[in-house]
Amino acid sequence: MSLEQNKYVVSVENVSVGFPGQALLENISFTVSAGEIFVILGGSGCGKTTLLKHLIGLLEPLAGKIFINGNDIVSAGPRQRGKILASAGVTFQNNALFGSITLLENVMLPLEELTGLSESACRQTAAMKLQLVGLEGFEHYLPAQLSGGMQKRAALARAMALDPKILFLDEPSAGLDPVTSAQLDKLIHSLAVSNHIAFVIVTHELESVFALADRVIMLDKNSRGIIAAGKPEELQNDTANPAVWRFFNRKTETDPIPAASPPAAGLKTQEQL
Amino acid sequence: MTDRQEQTSNPFELDCSSPGQLVIRLGKRIDLTNAGAGWDKLDALPQKPKEKNLLIDAGALRLCDTAGMGLLLALEQYGQKQKMTVQTRGLSEELKLSYNRFDSRSLLEAVKSKRTSQNLCEQLGRMACDISDDILSQISFVGQFLCAAVQFVKRYAKIRWRDIFTLSELVGVNAVGITLLLGALFGLIMAFSSAMPLRQFGVEVYVSDLVAVALVRVLGPFITAIILAGRTGSAFAAEIGTMKINNELDALEVMGLNPVRFLCVPRVFVTILAAPLLTVLFNVAGLAGSAVVIVSLGFSVNTYWSHVQSILTATDIWVGLGKALVFGGLVGWIGCLRGLQTKSGAGAVGISTTRAVVSGIVLIVLAEGVFSVLLYYLNI
Repeated sequence: MSLEQNKYVVSVENVSVGFPGQALLENISFTVSAGEIFVILGGSGCGKTTLLKHLIGLLEPLAGKIFINGNDIVSAGPRQRGKILASAGVTFQNNALFGSITLLENVMLPLEELTGLSESACRQTAAMKLQLVGLEGFEHYLPAQLSGGMQKRAALARAMALDPKILFLDEPSAGLDPVTSAQLDKLIHSLAVSNHIAFVIVTHELESVFALADRVIMLDKNSRGIIAAGKPEELQNDTANPAVWRFFNRKTETDPIPAASPPAAGLKTQEQL
Repeated sequence: MTDRQEQTSNPFELDCSSPGQLVIRLGKRIDLTNAGAGWDKLDALPQKPKEKNLLIDAGALRLCDTAGMGLLLALEQYGQKQKMTVQTRGLSEELKLSYNRFDSRSLLEAVKSKRTSQNLCEQLGRMACDISDDILSQISFVGQFLCAAVQFVKRYAKIRWRDIFTLSELVGVNAVGITLLLGALFGLIMAFSSAMPLRQFGVEVYVSDLVAVALVRVLGPFITAIILAGRTGSAFAAEIGTMKINNELDALEVMGLNPVRFLCVPRVFVTILAAPLLTVLFNVAGLAGSAVVIVSLGFSVNTYWSHVQSILTATDIWVGLGKALVFGGLVGWIGCLRGLQTKSGAGAVGISTTRAVVSGIVLIVLAEGVFSVLLYYLNI
């Protein structure tokens, strides 16, 4: 645990992930600071979710080191890993809410099991988490009785149950309508600002990326690594890398790429027409 | 635990010095680590205090997470419950922001447990309704199933033989090992336990007759069906149940494919085929197992075989196989039905699987009872 790693809530050093002999991603390095919203972008199948699973210690990388709050999660034993992850919350692509218990009980579960709070204290805290994500009145519903957007928010409430310093979200706004999606973005933003929670978000929803992200990295299947990093607005105008430009401007591979300065390029095509 | 709580800062301090006013001074920091101690302290606050005012002084509070905010709201609720005028002051701008996010009144509603208890009468009534619903749905599923089976046969060109072969492997071939093992052990056990009483009459040689008839007519099909209920009925229920909660059944429906025809009929068909075949294997293994006992009692294999041949008739064998056919159908059928009845969530799949095995065994025993009475009156 060096000072360097201690500064960041998440620090990834030269990590390779995948199967032995068949790496999905190689030599990935990045850091996330407290209160930062960090987005991992990339096309389908480039290993975004796999990378996330490595960050939370579900999978072991082929090589490299991953530090959460300055603690090495790769070499940690199961008990240590539990301790390290107590400061992190995770939501999964399909929400992974427990279907047989109510929302309130879902959020209460980590509180009851991992803190010394009494039952009434757990209830109060869990109900407040649900209120925080705008689900008051639905405490006693089963997950299956809710819409997709509500389930996403409930999963977020459960991930926040222990007031984590880092939240890992896998596709938080996938499948949500624009209004709900925007509300979720707002919620994430306010949590990052007021509670100083760092967010590591895997997504490919461009609107959310522009609305939220302080910093993004973009992964690519072919080059097996990070092909772009920086603020989303910068990357949108970066025509040097065609794959990145296409991604941020929603273009297909056959669409022409404008020359270095976009307005001039626009004029040129008009002249051609 | 207590050591750790002492180390962490005090969540709040009670001050009763000023007359007519109860003052609660919040500590510097309230979060998950010390909120538990705070709640314990809250429970110890005086009931029906003389003071009419409650002042919560948050002037010192710098760090407060949701658990801490929960404690603060609970302190306010305590005051309201004691009919005191509650005032909170000194919250920093930052904390006020997160304080304002919560609505104390709707929280009170939310934390109320919604669990309603049922009295015995209500429970009995519900149980009776559930059972009658279940019987009705079983009857209607018989009809659905038969219609689907007729369609299945009519469209024989569309039968997916590959699916049927895969299913046959899962249901039949993969069950051969366990069937042979259980059959041999069962024959061994039956021969041993019947040898003891028969020895008292000096007729141990009739062990072979007893085992052969019991095995072929009753126990062979019966035990094989129970193996099928545990191995196959449960697997059908779990598979179809998981498909149901993943909307795969709906997908079949909108494609115009009847799930009963597409999923249930081939499964039941395969189980009906597999049950008699497995029964034959079970019987053979059982006879071999009992032969070992007979030989160890000092008789030759030839004596054993001639006894078996003289006692067993073709009718016995056909009766056994007929039973196996029916049992197989019942086990596969109830497994599919329980799978289709799955509600939502992972727990529901577990419930369906359990129900498939339990109902399967009940149906086998019921059918065995019907067979016994019928065969007795028909003199077969």
